[in-house]
Amino acid sequence: MFDPLILARFQFAFVVSFHIIFPAFTIGLASYLAVLEGLWLWKKETRYLKLFNYWLKIFAIAFGMGVVSGIVMSYQFGTNWSVFSDKTGPILGPLMGYEVLSAFFLEAGFLGIMLFGMNKVGKKLHFFATLMVAFGTFFSAFWILSVNSWMHTPAGYSINDVGQFVPENWFEIIFNPSFPYRLIHMLMAAYLTTAFVVGGVGAWHLLKNKTNLCAKTMLSMAMWMASVVAPLQLIAGDMHGLNTMEYQPAKIAAMEGHYETHKGAPLILFGIPDDTNMSINSIIEIPKLGSLILKHNSEAEIKGLKDFPKDEIPKAEIIFWSFRIMVGIGMLMIIVGFWSLYLRFKNSLYTSSIFHKIILFMGPAGFIAVIAGWITTEVGRQPFTVYGLLKTADSVSPIDAPAVGLSLIIFIITYFIVFGAGTIYIFRQFKIDPASDKGIPKKVGSLGVSMKFFDKA
Amino acid sequence: MSIELIWAIILSFAIFAYVILDGFDLGIGINYPFIKSKWERDLAMNSVAPIWDGNETWLILGGGGLFAAFPLAYSIVLPALYAPLTAMLIGLILRGVAFEFRWKNKQQKNIWDQAFIIGSYTASFFQGVALGAFIQGVPYADRAYSGMWWDWLSPFSILTGLAVVIGYGLLGSTWLIYKTENRTKRNMQILARRFFITTLVMIIIVSLWTPYLHPEYFDKWFSFPRILYVLPVPLLVFIGSIMCFRSLYKNHDLQPFLWSIFLFLLSFIGLMISIFPNIVPPSLDIWQAAAPEKSLKFLLVGVVIFLPIIIGYTSFTYWIFRGKTQNNENYH
Ligand code: HDD
Ligand code: HEM
Ligand code: HEM
Repeated sequence: MFDPLILARFQFAFVVSFHIIFPAFTIGLASYLAVLEGLWLWKKETRYLKLFNYWLKIFAIAFGMGVVSGIVMSYQFGTNWSVFSDKTGPILGPLMGYEVLSAFFLEAGFLGIMLFGMNKVGKKLHFFATLMVAFGTFFSAFWILSVNSWMHTPAGYSINDVGQFVPENWFEIIFNPSFPYRLIHMLMAAYLTTAFVVGGVGAWHLLKNKTNLCAKTMLSMAMWMASVVAPLQLIAGDMHGLNTMEYQPAKIAAMEGHYETHKGAPLILFGIPDDTNMSINSIIEIPKLGSLILKHNSEAEIKGLKDFPKDEIPKAEIIFWSFRIMVGIGMLMIIVGFWSLYLRFKNSLYTSSIFHKIILFMGPAGFIAVIAGWITTEVGRQPFTVYGLLKTADSVSPIDAPAVGLSLIIFIITYFIVFGAGTIYIFRQFKIDPASDKGIPKKVGSLGVSMKFFDKA
Repeated sequence: MSIELIWAIILSFAIFAYVILDGFDLGIGINYPFIKSKWERDLAMNSVAPIWDGNETWLILGGGGLFAAFPLAYSIVLPALYAPLTAMLIGLILRGVAFEFRWKNKQQKNIWDQAFIIGSYTASFFQGVALGAFIQGVPYADRAYSGMWWDWLSPFSILTGLAVVIGYGLLGSTWLIYKTENRTKRNMQILARRFFITTLVMIIIVSLWTPYLHPEYFDKWFSFPRILYVLPVPLLVFIGSIMCFRSLYKNHDLQPFLWSIFLFLLSFIGLMISIFPNIVPPSLDIWQAAAPEKSLKFLLVGVVIFLPIIIGYTSFTYWIFRGKTQNNENYH
């Protein structure tokens, strides 16, 4: 129980799970804001400006929380995982260094102009700042996912005489085998997460007032995103899975609930995996479909967990479920996306109250899927931090349990209070009607005329 | 010049940039308890709101750069400073969110103002403690920290903790002299004078104490002929103090801030003189701790390309928000 390793793992999982909530939202929102501002500059319709202002305030709160929770992350590696840091530093350090140089500074540098600069720099330059912030979030995802993917599928390295991973080929390191899949899958996840939040808020305001133009715009934009990106996400996820099958077959076996090796493996839809007895009570399964999906051949062999070394397999009891939660939500998103197309076609997208209620209910779905997805990926990598090469147990800092335990408790308390308050403030913002005057600038000048862009606090 | 040395210089630059930049915005929090009216507090907050995030990014560059260029040092120092760094992070969280949250709180007594104060004091104090613990030296064995998790706690580290709080207070109050006018500015001048005197006292005590922590430090300062090379540092501190003092009594806008930075720069150089060429005092030097050359070169390319650009757009942002801060400039 008071093992520093367990505490350190729990602490990492806790702070990173909190952190990822914010990027998942701000990556999508930064792009959404850029789109809104672009539309406003192009079409000059006030509803886009109103929406821009509306989401800008929410973005500011979420971004602030993303930054402070992120700084914790970058110090966690050293404080809790110092052996890992010593060994992987020569490879992962420069990648994270590039993240700081190309992404964090860009975001932070232009955030000030984006939030406070409209009446100082004019519209065009302001739009440029918004774009830079959006690019910043993208670069950040690029580098950190390269880091993370390298830990799953290490490539382009050698090992020196003190046991450090040493770079041999930077291209192979950055574009390691699982990176393209993970990057695409995560970026689409962020877009979907944002789309469902925007859609949920739009739906909520439509439930109160079916003629609210801003709410209609939000719902419509969000549903376009869902109907296009959700199906693509299924394809990307499937390809991601095939890639994992190749490099981390034990993870796939655990995700699928296969303890036994099968030729022509079934697809287990539901079941109760039991790691102690290494068996699963499957309740619903479809014969041969597992092999068909994973190997694109219904007779192919899928290796079960029993045939891997016992100390090199992840916990199926966790990732069997987290995987199903993610995929289940993905399927729901696809259904909702198609449904919205049908409603559009019937001209009732803005009037169907049942649909609005469901979209409202789906508002947080993206966050749940993102966390479930990360749990699948990360728990599935166990017991390694660098897959196949460095065990988690050998990565931890030589630090005493009381220090780790105490800091864990302090993090938990602070995070719940601080990020709880932030969430309340975001919800308060959601309640404001986007079409109301609270969102409108007092005087929108034509180009060159100075503008009073902001309402008062 | 070896690439390890170049990296040591880059890192020193990043850390110094952090100390000055986040120093003055943490300093706003240090000064907050002495600023009473809501209007003036809003003003102080608005004077750094567009730039604080960029300032704090230098801390990430410092940490990330250490991880990339000197992974061994990173993995020895961070566990050694476990407790103070955790406290610092908690402090940075509290004050970081306060920038946004305080505008959302409509109550009379704004709890996020308290969070901002507590967070700024905590972060500053524990940065100083971490610094002191670092100067005292960090024991290691087998490529890992070998001390206990409370070794950082000592009279010296408490002293450096206080010194940093007070020094940041000086940076914060002189920044506000630069950014405000009339009554607010006059109040800040009074505060800044007090912070100035205490900062000076702190600089003197820490400078006199440090050489006695390790014989090496003593040699670096007092052995002949080294003493001739290092003598300009205390001399310049003397001159800088006089200039800073003068500017605080004249009605200057920017000068007190610049002279305070000058004093920080000298203290930083003094620290470098004590430590160099070690990166983990008293015995791990930059060559032993450095990452392989391929790693150093690869990231150096990035630094050469990006650092000038970063400095460019950061200066641009400062320029956009130049001049006296007004209270109607927020988007909330
Ligand atoms: C840069 C690397 C990196 C990145 C981008 C992530 N992780 Fe991770 N993760 C690790 C590097 C890592 C690690 C250092 O390797 C850990 C720490 C302990 C461990 O076993 O692996 C880990 C463990 C870990 C665990 C605990 C697994 C266990 O101990 O059984 C969870 C639940 C997550 N992570 C979740 C996440 C989430 C939600 C992420 C989304 C941001 C994420 N990880 C990104
Ligand atoms: C576990 C590893 C991670 C570490 C060490 C880490 C580190 C950081 C740090 C230090 C910041 C603050 C930057 C600033 O001041 O602007 C940050 C913010 C951010 N991170 Fe992470 N991060 C991690 C995981 C991720 C992942 C997996 C993603 C995305 C796919 C991500 C995307 C972002 C983005 C977009 C920001 C900008 C701020 C925000 O969105 O709120 N991070 N991260
Ligand atoms: C629609 C069907 C989906 C499939 C088939 C799918 C497939 C996968 C697979 C196989 C992984 C594990 C990668 C690994 O082995 O490491 C994964 C991870 C992940 N999934 Fe999904 N996914 C789907 C939907 C979604 C949705 C809707 C979201 C979020 C909105 C999401 C977010 C994530 C995240 C954040 C990860 C972890 C990061 C990564 O490894 O890419 N997924 N997904």
